[in-house]
Amino acid sequence: MVVRAVVVRSVIGAAIAGAVVALGAVWYVRGPGPLAFTGGKNVAVADYKEGDPTGVPADMRQASLLERGKYLAEAADCVVCHTAPGGRKYAGGFAFKLPFGTMYSTNITPDSETGIGKYTDQEFLDAMHRGVRRDGARLYPAMPYTSYTFVTDADALAIKAYLFSLVPVRAVPPANSLMFPFNQRWAMAFWSVVFNPDTRFRPDTSQSLKWNRGAYLAEALAHCGECHTPRNIGFALDNRKKFAGAPVAGWHASDISSDRTTGLGGWTDDDIASYLSVGHVSGRGTASGPMGEAVDHSFSKMTKTDIDAMVTFLRSVPPATSSGPSLKSAPAPLSHTDGATASLLGKKVFEGACVSCHGWSGESAVSKFATLTGSSAVNDPSAVNVVQIVISGTRRLTPSSALSMPSFGHAFSDDEIAAVVNYVTARFGAKGSSLTARDIADLRAQN
Amino acid sequence: MTVVAELPGISRRRILGGALATGFVFAFHLPVGAAGPVQKDSAGERFAPNAYIRIDGAGQVTLVMPQVEMGQGIYTAVATLLAEELDADLAKVALEHAPPNEQLYANPLLGVQATGGSTSVRAFWTPLRQAGATARAMLIKAAAEQWQVTPGSCSTTQGTVAHNESGRKLGYGELVEAAGKVSPPRDVALKDPKDFVLIGKPLKRLDTPDKVNGKVIYGIDTMMADLKFATLAQCPVFGGKVAKIDDEAARKISGVRQIIALDDLVAVVGDHMWAAKCGLDAIEITWDEGKNAKVSSKDIWDHLRAASEGAGVVAKSVGDVAKVLNFGETYDASYEMPFLAHATMEPLNCTVHVTPNSCDVWVGTQIIARAQSVAAKVAGLPEDKVTIHQHLLGGGFGRRLEVDMIAAAVRIGSMVEGPVKIVWTREEDIQHDIYRPIYRDSISARLSGDKVIALKYRVAGSSVIARWLPPAFTKGIDIDAVDSAVDMPYDIPNFQVDYIRVEPPAVPTGFWRGVGPNNNVFAIECFIDELARKANKDPIAFRRDMLGKTPRIRHVLDLAAEKSNWGQPLPPRVGRGVSVQPTFNSSIATVVEAEVDAGGDVYLRRVTLAVDCGFTVNPDTVVAQVEGGMIFGLTAALYGEITLEKGRIQQSNFHDYRMLRIDQVPKIDVHLVKSGEAPGGIGEASVVGGPPALRNAIYAATGIALRRLPIDRQLIAEKKSWL
Amino acid sequence: MATTLNINGQERSFEAPHEMPLLWVLRDILGFTGTKFGCGMAQCGACTVHVDGKPVRSCVLPVGNLQSRSITTIEGIAATPVGARVQKAWLDLEVVQCGYCQSGQVMSAAALLVSTPDPDDSDIDAAMAGNICRCGTYVRIRAAIKQAAAAQKA
Ligand code: FES
Ligand code: FES
Repeated sequence: MVVRAVVVRSVIGAAIAGAVVALGAVWYVRGPGPLAFTGGKNVAVADYKEGDPTGVPADMRQASLLERGKYLAEAADCVVCHTAPGGRKYAGGFAFKLPFGTMYSTNITPDSETGIGKYTDQEFLDAMHRGVRRDGARLYPAMPYTSYTFVTDADALAIKAYLFSLVPVRAVPPANSLMFPFNQRWAMAFWSVVFNPDTRFRPDTSQSLKWNRGAYLAEALAHCGECHTPRNIGFALDNRKKFAGAPVAGWHASDISSDRTTGLGGWTDDDIASYLSVGHVSGRGTASGPMGEAVDHSFSKMTKTDIDAMVTFLRSVPPATSSGPSLKSAPAPLSHTDGATASLLGKKVFEGACVSCHGWSGESAVSKFATLTGSSAVNDPSAVNVVQIVISGTRRLTPSSALSMPSFGHAFSDDEIAAVVNYVTARFGAKGSSLTARDIADLRAQN
Repeated sequence: MTVVAELPGISRRRILGGALATGFVFAFHLPVGAAGPVQKDSAGERFAPNAYIRIDGAGQVTLVMPQVEMGQGIYTAVATLLAEELDADLAKVALEHAPPNEQLYANPLLGVQATGGSTSVRAFWTPLRQAGATARAMLIKAAAEQWQVTPGSCSTTQGTVAHNESGRKLGYGELVEAAGKVSPPRDVALKDPKDFVLIGKPLKRLDTPDKVNGKVIYGIDTMMADLKFATLAQCPVFGGKVAKIDDEAARKISGVRQIIALDDLVAVVGDHMWAAKCGLDAIEITWDEGKNAKVSSKDIWDHLRAASEGAGVVAKSVGDVAKVLNFGETYDASYEMPFLAHATMEPLNCTVHVTPNSCDVWVGTQIIARAQSVAAKVAGLPEDKVTIHQHLLGGGFGRRLEVDMIAAAVRIGSMVEGPVKIVWTREEDIQHDIYRPIYRDSISARLSGDKVIALKYRVAGSSVIARWLPPAFTKGIDIDAVDSAVDMPYDIPNFQVDYIRVEPPAVPTGFWRGVGPNNNVFAIECFIDELARKANKDPIAFRRDMLGKTPRIRHVLDLAAEKSNWGQPLPPRVGRGVSVQPTFNSSIATVVEAEVDAGGDVYLRRVTLAVDCGFTVNPDTVVAQVEGGMIFGLTAALYGEITLEKGRIQQSNFHDYRMLRIDQVPKIDVHLVKSGEAPGGIGEASVVGGPPALRNAIYAATGIALRRLPIDRQLIAEKKSWL
Repeated sequence: MATTLNINGQERSFEAPHEMPLLWVLRDILGFTGTKFGCGMAQCGACTVHVDGKPVRSCVLPVGNLQSRSITTIEGIAATPVGARVQKAWLDLEVVQCGYCQSGQVMSAAALLVSTPDPDDSDIDAAMAGNICRCGTYVRIRAAIKQAAAAQKA
């Protein structure tokens, strides 16, 4: 009996201790919220005295619901994820390749069978804020509802109104192919309990209206952190390293904290504004891959005041302590014989396929968008983004004189791609990469 | 392409004769004695003894080119043949493209007015010399009559007739009227080759000056008043149709003039190509992709592999292969060749001006008479209302033996007021080519000691001949598809070639520089190397022993061995490979020296060729063709492959359909064998030998027997055992 | 947008959108058809012209980026001593086959010889590898560049 009582007590004790530890772990893993870094006090929008940081820019307040919805939908960049390559806009089918399988985005045109045509306002809000589908099933957080949860009801419904004004497209995306346990949607309910704050945006009283506007845009709509903030063991954003840069879909989303060496600390306000609105800053590089798409479809459509507000907000994010590369921005020598010669094969590939646009010095004679000098991609010794651009190319839509680069992944071997990337990063970057054919094969698989 | 392979029971003459019966082919002998199409014009009197030569009163000699120039130098070669026998001053002749006229200008080897198959010099070698000699005889006769001397006492040089004894001279121009009245002699004597002053000399090409200063006008450079510019998108899936288009955005683009949606294509007409291209990009086109929407390369290969096992038609049989192979150990292998695009440097284009009763077409085509008839058919006009303005070609390689681009252009042009130039983007050019077919070749052989005593060769692939020259496709045999197989140079006592016609789903196929022999020589020469290894013999010694009946080939093989330092030691990871070929009546041996690295990349170090292509009209042009053809073939061997996914061609431009570049090309040594034999073809023959020699060099360096093109670099990288 | 460019020493004015590549302005608006279209994506070099003496792919060069810079095309290259020498070497060695790529080859070669009067093989590779020749005239291109360089020295 005694023995049993002791056992029971210790089991209970262990259970309680376990629960405490577990809660502690959850608390720890969840970490701070995305705006906690200011240490300021957050209040409801109605209680913020400086003005309303949500909604559309002030000069658009009188615009129709549809126009406002369009602006917000673009700011939230719905189209990029909800459009398959070559497919109809918003009709879904875009593939997210993850280490544990592939997921496809849904059709968010108002088709009543295959799209969101039957969604009520509340159902739409449930999806945006809580990650719950109309049929009650859970969405995977590839849909960034932990960011969209900050979008006000009014703004979310404006987006809905806009989406409902589109031509309905009948399209069913391919079925997801996730492996166990990731194919268990219901488990997302638990994930959400831990990681989705399910609150609307709360302005920070210690900050200006402009800052709060920037925060609303960056956190709620543009969901910057979803790519630029590293993830924790629970696959949620780790705001202790807010904006420190992270891998995404085989690319590397750069450090956009105010770190002076690796982040935006050394950039001027104009640099950041230009990068967001045209995807390019002389001497700092050109947005490609997912960021290029974000510029094309979202940031380039924002008003100047909104871009400026985002710049104000980004500037306030404390430096990340990551040890990224420091930028080297001097051009390479004009002659092919001078400068780094990491790989003869790499040089051969470069002189045939690349030099016509990028030049031996890295300063493009055709377009500033093709200038390699100073580009963060070639200064990153992991060279992930250079690899992806070489494999998949990059196609920028804005401005109209921006260039696209073809995808060399089909015709060039892993060996050749490794060689040319090592050559390019050595010649134009701070520290050359030393990738192998294997690395290229791995990166191909992620894309 | 070639239609001249000698088959048992099907001689060239029979092929053409057979075709003649269908009315498809007009002539075997050119009417060189007959008067040309035009005899008099506003310039006054002129002498036009035949369709190739006109001389006006001022002595200007105009030569009419039955064959088109696409880089192979035929322009100069044709002029040389005519000028040699005419004794005209080559530097002063004017050249003109022949108009469409099958009766006057059909290629005697092809039976149609076409340039291709390395046939030009072979086909026109005698007729053009006869044309020149006939005209010369008439001029001499006219002068002799005037001087009251015998023709035999007169001679000609550089456009003048001279009476040697009296020293009297008359320029050809002064004889125009009188010569026109002389009746053409029946049999003229041709010059003895030792008297040639032009033929066989490395003459400067006539077409080059304008090609280095930007003055040359290719089809794509056609300009005229009120010209509009268009570009097009054809359904990305072959056989698909336009379902609907949304052109609202395109209409707003400045410079866009007209949007044309036809059954299977959408074209945008604009003030310039840029407007047309931006307009086309802005149109949202929904395609009805049709039955090919799901076809992928894998399906096509599965289909061919299965079909290649089936029964074929025997194209050649010597001895008793079945008996020897059935009773002994055999060595078997299969080889596969991919689809290839032509990718002529000048993208497809065609300028047209269609009115209710006329149709003008400006284009560079290898097949002008068909161009005319297709334009007439599409425009709904009689052929004589269609004028084809022929241009120099920025590359042909067989692509411009087709007329699909002309049909599309006339369809578009019929909807446009005024002239319109339609230019294919490179993407459209590559994705709507008519591709070199895929082939699968299966070979079985039996060795006795180090001799091959039986060999059975089965080639499976589509028949281009059956579509392109139906009369030549008889008894189920495509003479092009078995060319250089039925006449394989090796002396093997039991030998059989089967042909299995397999048409791939969804992909149109056509002639591609080097044609059938590309496939056959590759498979055979790779296989022979594998047999040599099995017999434990040096690849050259092994071949040499079987070349007793083909001394010209044995000679070039010996020469190539010597010049390539065959047998000398090489650094690690470097190998030499050899191939021989009997193609297009030319005997060629090729040795490629290549290095392979651990990543599977292949570096070309040196290429050595020995070439006996008979009598050469212009040796320097022959060497140029050999160099260029070698690079063309090696490009395909290393990189060339067109693939399909969801019915769509996956390659689109030079970033994914790669070309060898100058920094990858090695020294190419060409050794021409002096020969008095009739000229053989070279433009296509030169493409054929590089790929097997390269593959055999890789085999020598690594021991990996690749059996598929292009060279699988990934596979070499993975099979590290050779390192 | 009205633009004025100096082409082969002459001022030429035309209307064209800012982002229109120089290639199409040259060919379709101004009639300089010597500059060729091969790929439209800076992979083949057929469209090479000189901008302030440097070789540039005109198919990807927005005309709006050019402002007042001076352009030389194949039609004008003979007026430069190097251009004339290159053309002569090209004819002497019979480099050309179909010829379609050769405007671009000549322009790239002329630019090379201006910056590197005595090029070695690696200099030729570095300057010429961006120019594709489908006919495979590379062997002679290399030889002709060397000959033109030798003529330059003499
Ligand atoms: S057309 Fe400009 S590089 Fe090919
Ligand atoms: S000469 Fe024909 S592409 Fe170069």
